[in-house]
Amino acid sequence: MPQNSATFKQKIALFVRKFCVSAFVVFSFAAYVIHERTTNVGTRSDTVPFPGVINPTPPANSDAGQPPVVVITQVPSSSVNNIRQSPAATRAAPATVTPKPAAIAGSQYHDGTYTGSLANAHFGWVQVQTTIQNGQIANVQFLQYPSDRRTSQRINQYAAPLLTQEAIQAQSANVNIISGATLTSRAFTESLQSALSNAKA
Amino acid sequence: MKETRLLMGMPVTVEIVDAHATQHDLDCVYGYFEYVDAKFSTYKEASEISQINRGQLAIGQASDDMQLIFALADLTRQETDGYFDIQRNGYIDPSGLVKGWAIYNAAQLLRQRGFSNFYVDAGGDIQIAGHNAEGKRWRVGIRNPFNIHEIVKVLELTDCGVATSGTSIRGQHIYNPKQPDQLLESIVSLTVIGPNIYEADRFATAAFAMGTEGIWFIEQLEGFEGYMINKEGIATLTSNFGEFVAHD
Repeated sequence: MPQNSATFKQKIALFVRKFCVSAFVVFSFAAYVIHERTTNVGTRSDTVPFPGVINPTPPANSDAGQPPVVVITQVPSSSVNNIRQSPAATRAAPATVTPKPAAIAGSQYHDGTYTGSLANAHFGWVQVQTTIQNGQIANVQFLQYPSDRRTSQRINQYAAPLLTQEAIQAQSANVNIISGATLTSRAFTESLQSALSNAKA
Repeated sequence: MKETRLLMGMPVTVEIVDAHATQHDLDCVYGYFEYVDAKFSTYKEASEISQINRGQLAIGQASDDMQLIFALADLTRQETDGYFDIQRNGYIDPSGLVKGWAIYNAAQLLRQRGFSNFYVDAGGDIQIAGHNAEGKRWRVGIRNPFNIHEIVKVLELTDCGVATSGTSIRGQHIYNPKQPDQLLESIVSLTVIGPNIYEADRFATAAFAMGTEGIWFIEQLEGFEGYMINKEGIATLTSNFGEFVAHD
């Protein structure tokens, strides 16, 4: 019995902490949107009403009423204004989020390099390889990737006259991060899951 | 500290340069992503969005986060003249908005914990903060859409968001809401730099759906720069994009 109540109290404490963090984050974001929309004068002509669906009427006996508008200081400041319309200020409902407990990665994968099976991406095959270090995913690489295009040196005849154009060129410089089209195809996920299954075995 | 986990169908990497980072900080970020995935993944049968798509849950009865996403999607649709639209043939997929929103919130979590030098990267969309381990702006490469093992541009960024929309696999998830049956073929990649990843991501998604006109949408949007690559391998840059390009 004491064991159960201690675990129960821990769960409640964890839940409360996660609730507070998530509620803060979500509410901060909602307030950021409101802040942006009410403090920036837009140059676009169409003004539209904020959709009413996200403004539920406050409960009849609520003491809180409407939440206060919070100015978020963590929002990265931009030296230029975004183009926005500025409709009448409205308020988003406070968030009540119930996040799942975080799963701790690393305990299920054995170190090494694992290759996934070929997965069909409709326009070709995808195969990935993943390297596990210290029980965690260190990187993911493509072994096979559909490619039905060729790089061309022809200049596109339809040129936007006022914007600079250039032929893309491979760069050999080192980078910290790579930004590319989101690779969320099922084929990518399938092959990576299969590689990770091999890492678990 | 740096970690990569597979979540939301993509590699999610978090790197914190600040010395006081702990595994617990990383776990909090990934915990948040797992929450987002469980709620918004159209690949998960039990997710809230799947319940909505099956008609088992009305949006008016949905959670606050879900309703917030729907409202933000509606706002974005109006701001982009309909080129951003999470609904297609009665099926709703908010992932184009959720990703940037989630990365942004995860970065806010880290800021709240006192970190100012880090990045959060989910599938190539990145929120950048402060400087890298060398004390310099983060060096971000744009992947070659024709050869995923190459990069074609090197950027130096701080305190901003960078998102790339594209179809490395032809006919992938982005389509033109105004011509839903037509595969997008004129451009293959559009990278947008914006004040944060939420803004960069939603406008990159919308601009990509506009085809070759998309770069003009980004050009006229104050505070955003873009790099568009067409199917011929020719890139078009917005006027001040060059300010972010590394010169070395």
